[in-house]
Amino acid sequence: MPPPALSSVDAAFRREWPQLVATLVRDLRDLELAEDVAQEAFMEAARRWRIDGTPDRPGAWLLTTARRRAIDRMRRAQRFEERIPALVEAAERPPPDDVLADDQLALLFGCCHPALTIEAQVALTLRAVAGLSTTQIAHAFLVPEATMAKRLVRAKHKVRAAGIPFAIPEGELMHDRLTAVCAVVYAIFTEGHASTSGATLVRGSLCDEAIWLAETLAELAPREPELHGLAALCLLTDARRATRVDSDGQPVLLANQDRSRWDRTKIERGLSHLHQASPAGRHSVYRLQAIIAAVHTTAPTWEETEWRAIVAVYDVMLEQGGGPVVELNRAAALAELKGPAVGLAQLDSLADRGLLGDYHYFHSARAELLRRLDRFSEALTAYERAIEWCQNDSERDWLQGRHDELTANEAGRAGAS
Amino acid sequence: MKYALLLYGDEAVGPQMGTPEMDAEMAQWFAFTEELGATGKMLGGEALQPIATASTVRIRDGKTVTQDGPFAETKEALGGFYLIEADNLDEMIAWAEKIPSVGYGTVEIRPIMSFD
Repeated sequence: MPPPALSSVDAAFRREWPQLVATLVRDLRDLELAEDVAQEAFMEAARRWRIDGTPDRPGAWLLTTARRRAIDRMRRAQRFEERIPALVEAAERPPPDDVLADDQLALLFGCCHPALTIEAQVALTLRAVAGLSTTQIAHAFLVPEATMAKRLVRAKHKVRAAGIPFAIPEGELMHDRLTAVCAVVYAIFTEGHASTSGATLVRGSLCDEAIWLAETLAELAPREPELHGLAALCLLTDARRATRVDSDGQPVLLANQDRSRWDRTKIERGLSHLHQASPAGRHSVYRLQAIIAAVHTTAPTWEETEWRAIVAVYDVMLEQGGGPVVELNRAAALAELKGPAVGLAQLDSLADRGLLGDYHYFHSARAELLRRLDRFSEALTAYERAIEWCQNDSERDWLQGRHDELTANEAGRAGAS
Repeated sequence: MKYALLLYGDEAVGPQMGTPEMDAEMAQWFAFTEELGATGKMLGGEALQPIATASTVRIRDGKTVTQDGPFAETKEALGGFYLIEADNLDEMIAWAEKIPSVGYGTVEIRPIMSFD
């Protein structure tokens, strides 16, 4: 038996799924039905294209097939009379190219509606907009497949029963809802970039999905600077992906990363988005973070990093109400600019206000500065606190390694003296 | 779609009966009801008497148990409702934002169950 020639279907899936689902949601006003028939159309394609060859316009073929499936299903469900006239009419006309972008945006806004929990928004977006399977999403978020399936079913039920619209919001609502969409895309990215509870530090496929979503969004709504800021942030952060962990899966500090292996293409794309993200008044938080990422990725070495610029961006973030984590990052940058003692004083001021005591990055940042100041026993205690609060296995191993290395150095020093 | 806007609030919070603040708020309620009614989308709506007037009824072990007051432990009680025909949830959120008590109470949007 010859192997199934699935490659053209696979290629079409990535390219056509978002548009297909978006168009079907517009026709059917039912996300669950739209996804089901889109899935069936791809299964049909896997069977038919092998025999008949790939059609000239795969997208149009898939849409026609999916619409026919929808008509069959509605007939069975006796919702025929309600919706069939519009659908039959839709099935007759070719997909008008210019409305597809709007359909995709409308679908995305529906999936990221604030009446859904953020977990549901993320899952729906990955399923309906990015076309990931339930299994893939479950693996990415390290939850059992049944849990993710239940989450998706519940979310789709809420969408239908509550009448969550698939529409591009107008006027003032647009800004609020765009913020929600950005939050979902960024949540997908950060989950991929540094999972909080998983055994693997970088789950790259989620980063790829987020970058694809951010860049698609920026392309569909080019006048929204926040979207370019988000795309820039994801790209400039992800450009360092290959160097963030070593061959044993251990994290590598930015200072020690092999900069020649950073992804130049992503850096260029990120910088190009950053140029289009100029603020129209208020600074978008994504853009500010993207500027910091840009300073890092364009610095030839750690020592030659423009720390002054980074501290200045953190100052703007603090002016805009940035919290203690911003202060922590600013302190770390300040330590590079003015020395570890200055940075440490800033960290101690956070501790004096009772802030970040349960945040492992606070303790690991403190440990590194104390180490540079030769205050070894305090550094060891700080590493221990960091290990205590750290949720990520590989980061905890790394912290333990730093701790043990320092202990060994100290023992060596004591022995030598 | 048909929706209910359920208006919850703590009776001790917000304008109290017989005060000028309440008179001002009543004017807002009338204006809201009028605006909603003018669209032809209002299917109904009422304000409820305070929870001090409420009675609850349950049948347990075959016996009817009638009690004073609501059985809910929450401080927020249902104070009134509107029934509205709307295209989608965003339209309902826009109506909810105009409810005079939304600044200190809670407005819950519930789709009406359809049995056909």
